[in-house]
Amino acid sequence: MSGRLSPGIIVILALLAGFVFAAAGADLLAHNDPLRQSLLMRLRPPGTSTATTSYLLGTDDLGRDLLARILYGARASLMVAILSVSVSLLVGAMLGLLAGWFRGWTAILVMRFVDTMLSIPAILLAVLTVAVLGPGFLTLVLVLGLTRWPRYTRVAYAQTLQVVTLPYIRAAEMAGCGPVRILLRHILPNIAGPLMVVATSEFGLMILFEAGLSFLGLGVQPPYPSWGSIMAAGRQYVQRAWWLTVFPGAALFVLVLCVNLFGDWLRDRVDPQSRSR
Amino acid sequence: MTAPALHVDNLSLAIGDTVVVDGIGFSVAQGEVMAIVGESGCGKSITAQAIMRLLPPAIRHVGGTIHLGDDDITAIPERAMQAIRGRRMSMIFQEPQAALDPLATIGAQIAEALRQPLSRTRPAVQKMLEEVGISDPGRRIDQRPFELSGGMCQRVLIAAALISRPTILIADEPTTALDVTIQAQILDLLRRLAIERQTAVVLITHDMGVVADIADRVAVMYAGRIAESGPTEAIFAAPRHPYTALLLASIPRLSDIPKSQLATIEGRVPTPAEYGAGCRFANRCPRADARCTSETPKLRPIGPARLTACHHAEAMA
Repeated sequence: MSGRLSPGIIVILALLAGFVFAAAGADLLAHNDPLRQSLLMRLRPPGTSTATTSYLLGTDDLGRDLLARILYGARASLMVAILSVSVSLLVGAMLGLLAGWFRGWTAILVMRFVDTMLSIPAILLAVLTVAVLGPGFLTLVLVLGLTRWPRYTRVAYAQTLQVVTLPYIRAAEMAGCGPVRILLRHILPNIAGPLMVVATSEFGLMILFEAGLSFLGLGVQPPYPSWGSIMAAGRQYVQRAWWLTVFPGAALFVLVLCVNLFGDWLRDRVDPQSRSR
Repeated sequence: MTAPALHVDNLSLAIGDTVVVDGIGFSVAQGEVMAIVGESGCGKSITAQAIMRLLPPAIRHVGGTIHLGDDDITAIPERAMQAIRGRRMSMIFQEPQAALDPLATIGAQIAEALRQPLSRTRPAVQKMLEEVGISDPGRRIDQRPFELSGGMCQRVLIAAALISRPTILIADEPTTALDVTIQAQILDLLRRLAIERQTAVVLITHDMGVVADIADRVAVMYAGRIAESGPTEAIFAAPRHPYTALLLASIPRLSDIPKSQLATIEGRVPTPAEYGAGCRFANRCPRADARCTSETPKLRPIGPARLTACHHAEAMA
């Protein structure tokens, strides 16, 4: 890719880098332990400081530092999103490649399974599975990863069908490449662009799902912070302590917006024809 | 002469129940360039694909053998065939730029024929690039196909096809997409490498000019059958099949009167569904008589190393 970046995308990239930095460096950036309670300091407004420490974004109902909890919450959000997108990308792309390569019955089976999956509301399926398996970080990743792969499969299937007809795939066959090598070395890199576009748009959704499930108490479990659970806890104090819902909500909003705008930009770069639409 | 590198015998291919390649046979010796000429749809490309055993799913092999050395490749398992492709037989294509993976470096794509990563084969790949006449191979080796011209891409494909020293190279219209000066260079290169490396080349083309340039022998195909075959010079000097004669007559010459009508062959090639009894060229042939439409002419010897499938071959001498 060449060409200069527009100012808009630079801002988006900078904000995204900021979130990643906040999540990765939460240990250094937060000068309070996100789990340490201090009942004397509960529900203090932003900017409160004491002789020993300060609370830039205020404290929650158990006197924990909201800034620290949001920073660690960013880590939970991003970790869940990265891992679940990886799981669904892996599963979805593999099935799509296989369906596109073998066609026939394999494709019919895989693609009808995809249709079935897409007709079930993902969030409902996630809630059900978590309810059965019990909440937790790993369950969350697996549930999100294993319910969200069908979109990748559709894209990978359609792209594979297109790429297999190109002469260089035939040339690779003539050169004696086996099917595994052709799929992984010649087809996969050539369909990676559109898959990455799907992955970014899914990434934003995963962050929202994580927040949503944590809000319902099905995601990251207390006392560990997640934006969803911070907001859920702050909900009952919304009239006395607005900061408990506004700050994590704003963080969530800005992060998902940035991810989606980044996805749009990526799509335009990968497929310039879609720009006019 | 030693045993042929490639020997095709009585090969028949069919789409459904329609036989599209009807019992053709030829053989190619080491270091020899053998051309298969014919119009579009005469079956020359699927013959090439049958030799690589990569026929489209719709086309069936219904009879005949293809011997690569002593092995009949119509009868070996697919796994063994994968080991043969790229090693003992290679192929190059009409559109060189489309035949290269746009995202892989050309070095990696050449190394693929050796079944080893480029890191281990770099010197050999670089030497091969030099041999096919690519300047500055040390830099080109890490470039991608979009950075190369069509002629250079064809050189890269030739390098990839020949690096493992295959016994035979199938070139399916290798110069059609290139302009005339590059075409001549590529043909020279093919000819030189075939002799140097003792590779048998099967050249598929519709261009009589290309045949005259590099082929030692030529087989003229018409509607799924071989019409005539023999040494290039002999055939060009004295064709023994009316189709070959008309093909040669239709090549424009510099001595033609400017703006005069070009010679053409009246009518069109019959589609496989229209194949009937007798000679398939009969409806366009100036010499056709009753015998031609009822009795299929067999491919028979006529003169030294020459075969023809025409009832009237003697009359043409």
